[in-house]
Amino acid sequence: MKFKNTHVDHQVTDEATYLNRRQLIQAGVMGTAALMSPSAWSLTLPKHQTNDAFVIDELTSEKDATTYNNFYEFGLSKSDPAENAGSLKTAPWTVTIEGLCENKGQFDIEQLVKQFQLEERIYRMRCVEAWSMVIPWLGFKLADLVKFCQPLSAAKYIYFETLYDPKQMPGQRGRSIPWPYREGLRLDEAMNELTLMTVGMYGKKLPNQNGAPLRLIVPWKYGFKGIKSIVKIKFLDQQPVNSWQAIAPQEYGFYANVNPQVDHPRWSQATERRITGGFSLFNSRIKTQMFNGYGDYVADLYKGMDLSRYY
Amino acid sequence: MKHITSLKVAVFTACMLPLGWMVYDGFQHNLTADPIEELLHRTGIWTLRILLVTLAMTPLKILTGSALFIRIRRMLGLFTFFYASLHMVIYVWLDLGLDWGHFLEDVIERPYITVGMLAWLLMLPMAITSNKRMIRKLGKAWKRLHQTIYLVIGLGCLHFLWLVKSDLTEPLIYTGIGLTLLLIRIIHYVHGRRKTRVAENRHPQT
Repeated sequence: MKFKNTHVDHQVTDEATYLNRRQLIQAGVMGTAALMSPSAWSLTLPKHQTNDAFVIDELTSEKDATTYNNFYEFGLSKSDPAENAGSLKTAPWTVTIEGLCENKGQFDIEQLVKQFQLEERIYRMRCVEAWSMVIPWLGFKLADLVKFCQPLSAAKYIYFETLYDPKQMPGQRGRSIPWPYREGLRLDEAMNELTLMTVGMYGKKLPNQNGAPLRLIVPWKYGFKGIKSIVKIKFLDQQPVNSWQAIAPQEYGFYANVNPQVDHPRWSQATERRITGGFSLFNSRIKTQMFNGYGDYVADLYKGMDLSRYY
Repeated sequence: MKHITSLKVAVFTACMLPLGWMVYDGFQHNLTADPIEELLHRTGIWTLRILLVTLAMTPLKILTGSALFIRIRRMLGLFTFFYASLHMVIYVWLDLGLDWGHFLEDVIERPYITVGMLAWLLMLPMAITSNKRMIRKLGKAWKRLHQTIYLVIGLGCLHFLWLVKSDLTEPLIYTGIGLTLLLIRIIHYVHGRRKTRVAENRHPQT
């Protein structure tokens, strides 16, 4: 097997990319090793393959995607997470599964991830602040994890929590958000084939500032739905309140579907600034797509719903 | 005279530094992943900062008695307008790509953009009349016109408060400084009127 770093020229070929651990380390050395956070996470990324259904040509550069982050647990500015997230210990890491399901318990991240088939998917990521990136994620379907948990028929929602530990997460000493960060999905949204539990990006394990060791990616929703550094998963019969909804319910809802027709009360969502690989000083706004361009996969989930009410 | 010239050169240089810094960071590719947003933020924040420094000149004159502060006030005011205009150009040209339909929609529908736009428009006549000829020509009206600056600082702070996503600390600090500067003037004005009245009572006319 020959490793091919398909991202160097911001192109992703349709050639399958198989990696093993040793080659991953090489990739790190050849590529942008200096940018990788010195995390102690020991997870071995199993073999995975690029999913050809989700190939997009122009990727955001790895440097931009790993140094321009909203992760208030490490500070409010977008450069803070890359600077401060070194204090996060991602090994050992335990994920607690609880609530309305059969397979409850505490699971070691490494053991848990081994249960599932990893794949690479390139998704658009649209932030509620009206900028966007294109990122190659590595992960497994949340649907597979849900099946693994064996939810009871009463379970209608899935709920996630980020780690709460102000010693490791200095931003939690402030009160910008009622900690820990919380997110949730309707169970049918969780079962959608796009919804990805993510453990890596750009062919490597997730850097801490991007939500190591385990985060959620829901590409048709605004980025804040993609909860990072998950320690708890819970099955519920009632809709949970996610963090941004709790902070400002008139501005952020539970659904948070990307929707150019429903503006944020204070700014327009019709357009976005795409952060690409190159120097983007002269990149004017582009049009935002309904469901971030993933309508074919997800529009049916919201049939008959008034999306200006359920924003 | 030499004194005031070197002071003016120093102020001019200081006011050019934020721009120089932006240009330097631009060439170093050091304007974050979203350079347009970064430049919008930096030009906006420097507009507010220099505006607050401009507004501090009269209180400083009151407190120290030195007229030097008044001599550099015009240059500071013009630099405020300069950074506000850069802010506008970056927004309309780089961010919106000269999409005037989008621009109009923003100005009408986004309150923070409406007040920001209004603040810039209110600065325009002040910038135009900031020369000796206009001061002489307009007389008392000039002073009244230039008092619009209080409205501009209010709108500027509101613009900042309305666009912040969650943490209001920074815009509240700027608002607090603005209010303090305004308070010093009000106290001085009220105090001055009382003195005048007392003086008038002591030496009644006729």
